[in-house]
Parts: sequence; structure tokens; C-alpha cells
Amino acid sequence: MAGKAESLNGTVKSGSNQSGPAAMQASAFKADLSNMISLKSFKLKTKQQELLIRVSILLLVYVLAFITRLFSVLRYESMIHEFDPYFNYRTTLFLTEKGFYEFWNWFDSESWYPLGRIIGGTLYPGLMVTAALIYWLMRFLRFAVHIREVCVLTAPFFASNTTLVAYFFGKEIWDSGAGLVAAALIAICPGYISRSVAGSYDNEGVAIFALLLTFYLFVKAVNTGSLAWSLASAFGYFYMVSAWGGYVFIINLIPLYVLVLLITGRYSMRLYVAYNCMYILGMLLAMQIRFVGFQHVQSGEHMAAMGVFFLIQVFYFLDWVRHALADAKLFEAFLRITVTTAVSFGAIALGVGTASGYISPWTGRFYSLLDPTYAKDHIPIIASVSEHQPTAWSSFMFDFHILLFFFPAGLYFCFKRLSDATIFIVMYGLTSMYFAGVMVRLILVATPAVCLISAIAVSATVKNLAQLVRAKSKAVQSGSSKGTSTAKGSSKGLVDQSQPFQRNGAIVLLLGAFYLLSRYATHCTWVTSEAYSSPSIVLAARGAHGNRVIFDDYREAYYWLRQNTPPDAKVMSWWDYGYQITAMGNRTVIVDNNTWNNTHIATVGRAMSSYEDEAYEIMRSLDVDYVLVVFGGVTGYSSDDINKFLWMVRIGGGVFPVIKEPDYLVNGEYRVDKGAAPKMLNCLMYKLCYYRFGELTTEYGKPPGYDRARGVEIGNKDVKLEYLEEAFTTQNWIVRIYKVKPPKNRW
Amino acid sequence: MTRSTRFVLFLLAVVTLSVPVLSDLILAKVERRIDLTSQIVRITTTLKAENTGSDPVSEVLLTFPDIQANHLAYLTVTVNGGKGKAKSSSGGNLPVEVVHPEGMPPSLTVYSVSLPKGLGKGDSLLLDVLAVFTHSLQPVPEKITQSDIQLVLFQESAHYLSPYDVKVQSLSVKLPDARIESYSKLENTKLHGSEIKYGPYENLPPFSYLPIVIHFESNHPFAVAKELIREVEISHWGNVQVTEHYSLIHAGAQSKGEFSRLDYQARPYVRGASAFRRLVARLPPRAHSVYYRDEIGNISTSSLWGDSKKMDLEIEPRYPMFGGWKTTFTIGYGLPLEDFLFAVDGKRVLNITFGSPMRELVIDNLFVKVVLPEGSSEFSASVPFPVKQRQETKISHLDVVGRPVVVLEKNNVVPEHNVNFQVYYKFNCLSMLREPLMLIAGFFFLFVSCVVYMHVDLSISKSSPTYLAKLQWEEVQTNIQQLCSIINRCLTTNEKLEASLRDLSRTGDVQACKTTRKSVDSLLKDLSKELKSALTFLQSSPQAAHILPKVEELIAKERELQERLMAKHSTVVDCYEKKLSGREIENRIAPHQQKITALRQEVDDLLEFIDEI
Repeated sequence: MAGKAESLNGTVKSGSNQSGPAAMQASAFKADLSNMISLKSFKLKTKQQELLIRVSILLLVYVLAFITRLFSVLRYESMIHEFDPYFNYRTTLFLTEKGFYEFWNWFDSESWYPLGRIIGGTLYPGLMVTAALIYWLMRFLRFAVHIREVCVLTAPFFASNTTLVAYFFGKEIWDSGAGLVAAALIAICPGYISRSVAGSYDNEGVAIFALLLTFYLFVKAVNTGSLAWSLASAFGYFYMVSAWGGYVFIINLIPLYVLVLLITGRYSMRLYVAYNCMYILGMLLAMQIRFVGFQHVQSGEHMAAMGVFFLIQVFYFLDWVRHALADAKLFEAFLRITVTTAVSFGAIALGVGTASGYISPWTGRFYSLLDPTYAKDHIPIIASVSEHQPTAWSSFMFDFHILLFFFPAGLYFCFKRLSDATIFIVMYGLTSMYFAGVMVRLILVATPAVCLISAIAVSATVKNLAQLVRAKSKAVQSGSSKGTSTAKGSSKGLVDQSQPFQRNGAIVLLLGAFYLLSRYATHCTWVTSEAYSSPSIVLAARGAHGNRVIFDDYREAYYWLRQNTPPDAKVMSWWDYGYQITAMGNRTVIVDNNTWNNTHIATVGRAMSSYEDEAYEIMRSLDVDYVLVVFGGVTGYSSDDINKFLWMVRIGGGVFPVIKEPDYLVNGEYRVDKGAAPKMLNCLMYKLCYYRFGELTTEYGKPPGYDRARGVEIGNKDVKLEYLEEAFTTQNWIVRIYKVKPPKNRW
Repeated sequence: MTRSTRFVLFLLAVVTLSVPVLSDLILAKVERRIDLTSQIVRITTTLKAENTGSDPVSEVLLTFPDIQANHLAYLTVTVNGGKGKAKSSSGGNLPVEVVHPEGMPPSLTVYSVSLPKGLGKGDSLLLDVLAVFTHSLQPVPEKITQSDIQLVLFQESAHYLSPYDVKVQSLSVKLPDARIESYSKLENTKLHGSEIKYGPYENLPPFSYLPIVIHFESNHPFAVAKELIREVEISHWGNVQVTEHYSLIHAGAQSKGEFSRLDYQARPYVRGASAFRRLVARLPPRAHSVYYRDEIGNISTSSLWGDSKKMDLEIEPRYPMFGGWKTTFTIGYGLPLEDFLFAVDGKRVLNITFGSPMRELVIDNLFVKVVLPEGSSEFSASVPFPVKQRQETKISHLDVVGRPVVVLEKNNVVPEHNVNFQVYYKFNCLSMLREPLMLIAGFFFLFVSCVVYMHVDLSISKSSPTYLAKLQWEEVQTNIQQLCSIINRCLTTNEKLEASLRDLSRTGDVQACKTTRKSVDSLLKDLSKELKSALTFLQSSPQAAHILPKVEELIAKERELQERLMAKHSTVVDCYEKKLSGREIENRIAPHQQKITALRQEVDDLLEFIDEI
């Protein structure tokens, strides 16, 4: 009895050691340990006890995933972040106010003036419909919430759901321990948090949940061969298609996976059922989304899935023939003929389809994924977005931390225990890691795979070590308990001495693992609070006395636009701010973040990079009433329009050859001071940003007109505007709005 | 300017009409003081009415030209008891109503003041009249640039417009401490600092009118709320939540031309003199949870300070308000319930201020919505001045039928309207518990449904092989669990035996040890029977085939353990009976002891293994 009590103490102690931030991961191990120990002390059956522990860990992880994403709400307020979420918010608002049919048929004249945009046909409605359903449900249950709160909390809510899916996925590919670890890892992984903090109301928020769910259901379908699961996975796919353009990843990865299984000789009836059902139903369902339409049968990006679909039929047919023939030689001949015919038929069909234009070729975005340098040379508008840049090593480290080291270890474990499911996770991990290397934003897609594979590594290692420690401790314990009564435990010592360092080694390794995991948890919390919880609408800085200074200039300007300009005023700005102006300023914009018309954007780029009189002509032709520029020279805010200006020149020059990039550079160098190119010093963007800036002293001890964002004194201090006038400038000069004057009277 | 001249011409026309004297009342003395220091024009008039006729007079008429009357926001008349007790007697406001007496010139609005008691022949009475006008200062020029100062124009009559003869009268106009562009210079006009005095004038006939125009600088905030919706929501859990939605405009001179931030931030009071940048709201004491936001989020430029008497909330709109600029925002705060809710005759009374807490704010349309708790009945509002009333329902958190809302609507509201009003209603305290109970019930049913779900067999086909296999497997599992528990019981009985041995070594009571042995024996016999039945089931079930060997091994080991223990027990007891030495006993049981430890270990391992299945 004394021995029991002692060992119980031991667990409690080790529990408290882990109860730091890494408690989530640690508790998986704790669950194992406490299974045997508290058998008698809790008077619960082991099964029930294990279930209780598992459910409570999952519940804690669920809550943790939600609350760790609330930093931004606590630091700032319950608000929508960044750029795209504002569009999503605006459409959701429209959906809840006007209903689904109005939303589906919505022609938005407030953006892309004078072209307009058919919203219903050019967006993925999954996110908005999800938020609206949650909103209506809350209303039905008589919780008088505001739609903004629903939108702000949608991403954390789905992140919590993702942890559940990760648990089940981990359980499916490895065991429930790995599932628990995976849930805990993904709950706080910065790679995922970066897109799912409260307020980051973007497609990715629900899409990662949908992606993982589809994968999980498909793997489950392959493992069981059940129609029900593959039907479920088809619906998961449908939800994914409705939510995010990243569904192309699924529709290419799953065929690839099937292909690999076919090649490695793992073809089975289960696979046949799962893939056929999932592909056909998923395709039909996906066609219901207007933005996707018939792409599944008409676009080159979706052809792989179709090819594999036909291939699997051929496989099935061959399988049947082999059974029927029962003659190896004859079958081989038959096989050769059939495969040749099938492949050549497929190739011809693809060739004819492509040549006749029935099958559209791959889009530039797809190319840029396969070839990282493609966008840089051909599509400046894609290359200009910072989240489309190739990923630096540091951001891998930043977003994955120790998972980056667990990942290869997990791959090792997967290869050691190869099954249909582990092959899938390995392929998912490897392909998504490649894409994560191509584009920063795709780290998000790799995150679930990395978490799952790392979870396998962690869980398998910890389990092995824990078993070692447990075996020993039990031996010691039973020896000592006997020793107290009869002092005859000496014979037990023999076993201990046989492997002297094993137990200590295991304990050291366990402690090391816990140390790493707790470092991971600390890192994640730090990253979340410092890097990923800023709404980027409201900027915060430290003042001279260490106090927090808030720059709320964006909203100041947008609200000014909303209140003090005519309701039909058209605002020209660089496309980054389009969504925000329509959502917060409620005014018509020329271009916005839905960069569907490159020419239109190039026109704006051209206007910004021309002289004022030329720009005036362009602005008149676009009916522009106000021009909005973002300027960080006073505050030192570096992502302003002057720093983005070269992209405007490039995109403008891509369509209008009048604009030449070298005109704005001096010896290939971009500068705004006295040595800048003359065209640079007199183009519209320069004038609008630096209008009357030459009279302002920004920093003590520097000459007036000192640009703090670029650290130089500006070159043209005497900016005169002829066709525009300053209408509004925000408190810290971050946003400047100019009114386009009406044309002069002729007399 | 054209407007004012037209106004003057029209009034001259009025004056030239000869009107019969309405009664024998004369005004012996009229003193008017006009306060123009803010955007709200306050005219305080002291009248001394005298009855020169024979009939008693019970009403006094006050006249205002229609143009002024349209802007009249507030009018009170009090009886002034005399110079000495002027303050004390201002208790009761006299009833005032609009009348349309015969023979009055058109374009005049006439208010009739009912006197508390008829004025007999020769009697006189001192009346204080306070009239408050909004939108009466007209910006001239109408559009100014950022650096211009704002000039406004005020028009009045130097003579008191009245249907009675006026004996002596005087007028003083108080202007803000700033530049005076121009003012009408009549006879007896004096300028003292920022105060202009007209008069005294004597013996003027009824409807005398002498227009004066004052053009002066006024940079006080011309903050006008086009619409203000005040929502007062009562929660009987201890809070009165006030939410005020403002839609504000700077109603002074329109701004034109550029807005230069550089100029504004360099010299805000010169190059932005006409703009206002902050508003101050005086909230009731103990206000808490104050917020200030608009449609696109929180506005961070506000500050709050206060003491036990008051709370001052200073808010800055997102941008400085120049002439014609608009903004909308919402402020909200919570108030302790006990300060505002009282019980009177079985009814509850909410007693709270009517107008906006902002200083010197003109409100064009004010809606006060009092949201009563769900389940209130027999509600009525009592407001000291005429308002439009209607009712709505509002659905808030966890409401079934919605909360009754009393809506009070009033136009042209000035700070003088900031008096308390009352809403009476009946409310049963038990209704308070409705919402928590609903929540509790909701969770209860959630858990109940979970329990039901766990215990109800929802499979569609009851005869499918997988279903049957599952059923069998469950049976096997329960059986194994049973088995394990039996084994555990065996182990505990074994421990009992060991304990008795220890007792023996301590006390040397052989008899007690033997009785324990006997009881343990019988107990183990029973257990072994149970074990047998469980084992036979397992042997018959095909599902259990793969764990059967382990189970059998477990049982065998356990039996061996028992036997060893028995052997050890008998040896020890034997030795004690033979009174052998402790060392001898230990030597004899040593082989048993070793075996027992090993067996115990194996049994534990097996148990654990089986448990994990």
C-alpha cells in the first residue's frame, strides 16, 4: 500500500513539472501513466478513466485553441483585420441583411468603377454563408449578437474545430495518443494562428478546417472502404470548394495519392470505392459553386483527377480480367495492349481538348506555384504581394519552431510503419512543404501536415520512453514494497543492474522532450501575441516614455470619407486599400484587392506614376473625385505608397509602355531625395505624398521635410498642385486624401 | 443679407397694421437680457404686468414672430415675487399654450400664459420669461476657409414685441469675448466690453418693432445632433444601460477650400478656429463601463474623470469638426440600478434625465427609448413637457416575446430639457429568473440528450453481421472486465492474508490468524466459482479467441499465486505454533516469498495487458 501511495505522489509531481505551457502535450503522456496508477485510487474502470482524460484533454485543447487567438481582441478591440477580411465582412453584412438570393445575384457597383463586379459569381461563398448561418442560429437561440462579433470569432471557432479534426486524423493514421498531441500542436502552431486570430475573417480560417476534414474523411474512407465515409469526404470537399481556392490542392493531391498507391501495389477495393465516390460526388457538388462552375471538367488544373479516375477504372477492369483469364502470359499481353491504348487515348483526348480550347490551360497562378520564378517575370501583380514571396528559412523557423525538427523524425516513424494512411500523410507533408517553400502564405497549408507528422514523432518517442520508465519504476516499486515487510528485495536488484543507464537515459530524454515542447508553447504564445495579433488597421507603437501610442489614421480617413464626401464619390487609390475603402468608407473605388482586371489596375498605376496634368486626364476619364494615398514619412510607417510605388510603375508599365521603370530610378537605385530621378520627383504619387511636407519638421535636429520612413530629406520640397487640392490629412499624415478639382471654366 | 431685409420689411408691415388692444393690461416695465455666448440663444425677460382696466385678467399673451417661434425650443414663465425673493419664488412654472386670438396680425405666434390668480384692477405682477432658441445665429459669410473666423448674425427687435403698451423697457445683449463686426446703432445704444445695451425706451404702443442686427465672431462649437437616439435599458439584475447614438454636424459656417493638416496642427486655434475638436458629456455619478465607438470600431481618443458628484467624459471625434462636417458615434455607459429605480405604490418608477449629457448641444430630433424588462406591464411615462409617445418591442438576449419599449420623441431639444422624467411600470420579480432558468434548462436538455444518445442503439440494421459482431464484442468486453474485477478481488483477499501474517508477527496471536485464513479460504472458493463461469463464457465466444490464452494464463498464474500464499501462510503459522525463531521462519518461507513476488508481478502485467484491449 505504501508503494502505491508513493508512486501516486510521483505522478503528481511529474504532472506539476509539466503544468507549464506544455501541459497539453505532456498530458498525453500523463494519461498513459495515470492509467495504471490510479486504477484503485479513483475506483473508475480504466477504459472510462482513459476516456475521461482524453475528453478533458481535448476539451482543454479546444478551449486553448480558441483563447490563444484572442490576443488581438484584448490588445485592440473586436474588429476585422487587414484587407480581404473587410470585403468578407461587407459581403456577410449584405448576406445577413438582404438574404441569400440577393447575395447570389449581387452586382456591386461600388467597386471597379466603372466596370463593377458580379459578387455572387466571383467569390467563394463558404465563409460568408458559414458566418451568416452561425449568426442566424445565434439569433434563433435569442442571443442578440452583432454580425461583427460573429465574423471576428469565426476563425478562432473553426481553429478549435480543426483541433478536433486533427485529433481524429491523428488517431486514424497512428493512435489516439498521436491524435491528442496533434490536436495540441495544431492548436497553438503559429503557422496556423497567423491566419486564424480573432478578426482575421478570411477564407483560410474555415478552409484549413475544411481541408483537414476532407483529408481525414478520405483517409477514413480508404481505411474502411465505406461508402458513407467517402460520401462524407465528398461533402467535406464541397465545403472546401465553397470556401477557398486552395481546393485545387486537394483535387490534385488525392489523385496523386491514389496514383502512388496504385504504383506501390496497394490497390484495393476500399481505395476504388473511396476515390470513385469522392471524386464523382465531389465534382458534382463543386459545380454548384458558381465561381468554380465547370472547371472540374474543363480546366487543366483539374485534369489529373479525371485521368486518375479513368486509370482506376482500367485497373479495376484489369483486375477482373486477371481473375477471369487465370493465364499469366495471356494476361500480360492483354495488360500491355490495354495500358497502351488507355494511356494513348487519354493523351489524345487531353491534346484535342486543349487544342480545341475546351480544356483551358493552366493559369498563371498555378504556374507560379510550380515554378517560383514564373510570377516575377510574367505576372507582376502576383509578385507584388508580399505573401506571395518565396519563403525565407527564418519564417519556417518562426512558424514551425521545433516542429521543423520533429517533422523528419515523424517521417521516419511513418516509413517504419507504412500503411495507406501514413503514405497519405507523408505525401501531404512533402508536397505541402514544397509549396510552403514557394509561397509564404502556403505555410498555412503545410501546417496541419507538419503538426500531424510531428505529433507522430512526439507521441511515438514519448510512448517508448514512458514505457521504459514505467517498467522500471514498477519493478522498483514492487521490490520496495516487499522489502518493507520482509527485507527480501535483494534479488530484484539483479534486473536493475542489467541495463544501468536505460532508465535514467529515458528520464533524461523525456525531460528533454518536455523542455522542447514547453519551449514550443512559449514560442507560440510569444509569436501570437507579438507578431500575429495586430489588426494592421490600427497601428501601435511605443512612445518616448514607453507608453503605448495608437495610430488610428486609417479609420480616421475612412470615416471622414464616409461622412463628408458625397455618397456617389469615386475614390482612386492603390488596390491594397480598395476593400477597406468600400467597407469602412462606403465609397466607390476604382480598383480593389480582387485583382481580376489587370488593365484597370495598370491604369491606376499609370495615373499615379504620370505627371499631374497627364494623370488629371486619366482621372477625369475615370470620374475620380478623390485620390487617397498612404504616406508614412511622418511616423516612419514603412509599408506606404512610396515604398510600393515601384510596383505601380511596373504594373502600369506592363500594360502601358509609356511608363518605363528606369525613368524613376537613378542608376538602378530607387530614391526620393535630391538625387532622385526628375520624373520621380514630379509624378503624381510623389506630389500627393509630399505635398507641403517640405514645411514640416518631423524629427528634432533634422531639416524640415525629413522623411522618417526612408531616412532622407526629400528632394522636392516645393510641391504645387494644380488640379487637385488637399481635402483631408489624418492626424499622423498616414492617409492623405485629395479632391480632384472640376475642370476650369474656359473663360 | 437679403433674408434679413425681407424680414424687416415684413415686420414693418405687421407694425403698420392697426390692431385693437386686447385687454386693459399694460406692461409697466420690461427688461430683456439676450445671451449669445453660445450657439443657443437664451432670452430672459422680466415683465411687470399691470391691469389698468376694470375686469380681472387671468392670462398674459406673449408674442413671437413666426420665424423666431419656429426656432423656439423652450419657454417657461415663472412668477417673480419681487426683487428680494426672486430666487425662492420661482417654484411653479405657469402653464403656457399656443392660442390664436382674433384680430392678431398674421405671422405671429401667440402664447398665452395663465396666471395663478386673476389680476384685479390696478394689481401688478412680475413675470420671468425664459425663451430658448436654436438655429437663430446665422453664419455670415456662409462659407469660410480653414483659417477664417466664423462670424454670425443675430436679429432681434430693440423694442419688445408685445400686444400691450409698454411703459419702460430695456435690452442688453451679451456677446462672447471676441470681435464684434458690426451692430445696429440706435439712440441709447451703449457698448460695454462684450455687452450691448439698448434703451431704455418709454411708452411704446403695442407691436412696436425696431429691428437690430448684430454681426459678431462666435467660435463656440456649433454642435448639432441631427438625431439622437437614447436607449435606456433596465436590467433588474442591477444595471441601467444607457446607449446614445449621435449623428452630429457642425452647423456653423460651411468650410470651403483645402483642409491643411499642416496649418491645423501648427496653429490649431488660428488655422482652425471655427472647428471644434472635443465635446464634454457630464454623466451621472457612478457611471461605469463607458464606451465610445462608431460603426467601424472603437474611437480611442476619449478620457473620463470624475468624483462622487459627477463623471466627465471628454470625447474627441475622429477628426476635427469643421463647418458642415458630419460624424456619427455612439457612447454607452452603465448606471447602478438603485440610483434610478424606485418603487411607488406597487409600481416601479424609473427616474432619469431626458436630454443628452453633452454640454450646449442642440438636438434636432431626440428619441428616448426606455427598454423595460421582459414581462413588464402597465407602463406609462410622465414627462414635464409635451412629447410624442409610442411603443415598440425589442428582442434582446434570451427574450421570448421581446421587451416592451416606451419611445418618447421630441424635436428641438436644448440643455434646458435635461430634467428628469419618469416611467412607471409593473414587474414581477420572479420574471427575473426566467432567463437563467431557460439557460439551465437548455444545458440540462443538452446533457440529457447526450446521455440518451449514448444509451440508445441507433443502428439501422439489427441483423447485419457487423452489428452482431459489435454486440458480441461488447459482451466479451464486459465479461473480461468482470473477470478482471474478480481477479482484483482475489488479489485483495490475498493481501488480507499477508496482513494477517504481519499481525501475527507483531502480536503472535495464532488463533486470529487462523480464523482469517478460514474466512479467506471460503471467500476465494466463491470467487473461483465466479471465475469459472466467466471463463466458460469466454471460451464459448469466438470473438474472444485471440485474448483467451492470455486470460487463461492470468487465471493460472493467479491460482498459483494463491497456492503459494497458502503454503507460505501455513508454513508461517506452523512455525509460530512450533515457536521457531524469526530467522528460521524467514529461511523457510524465503523460496515462497521469491516466487510470490515474481508471480504477483506477472499477474499485474497480465492484468494491465488485458485491461488495455
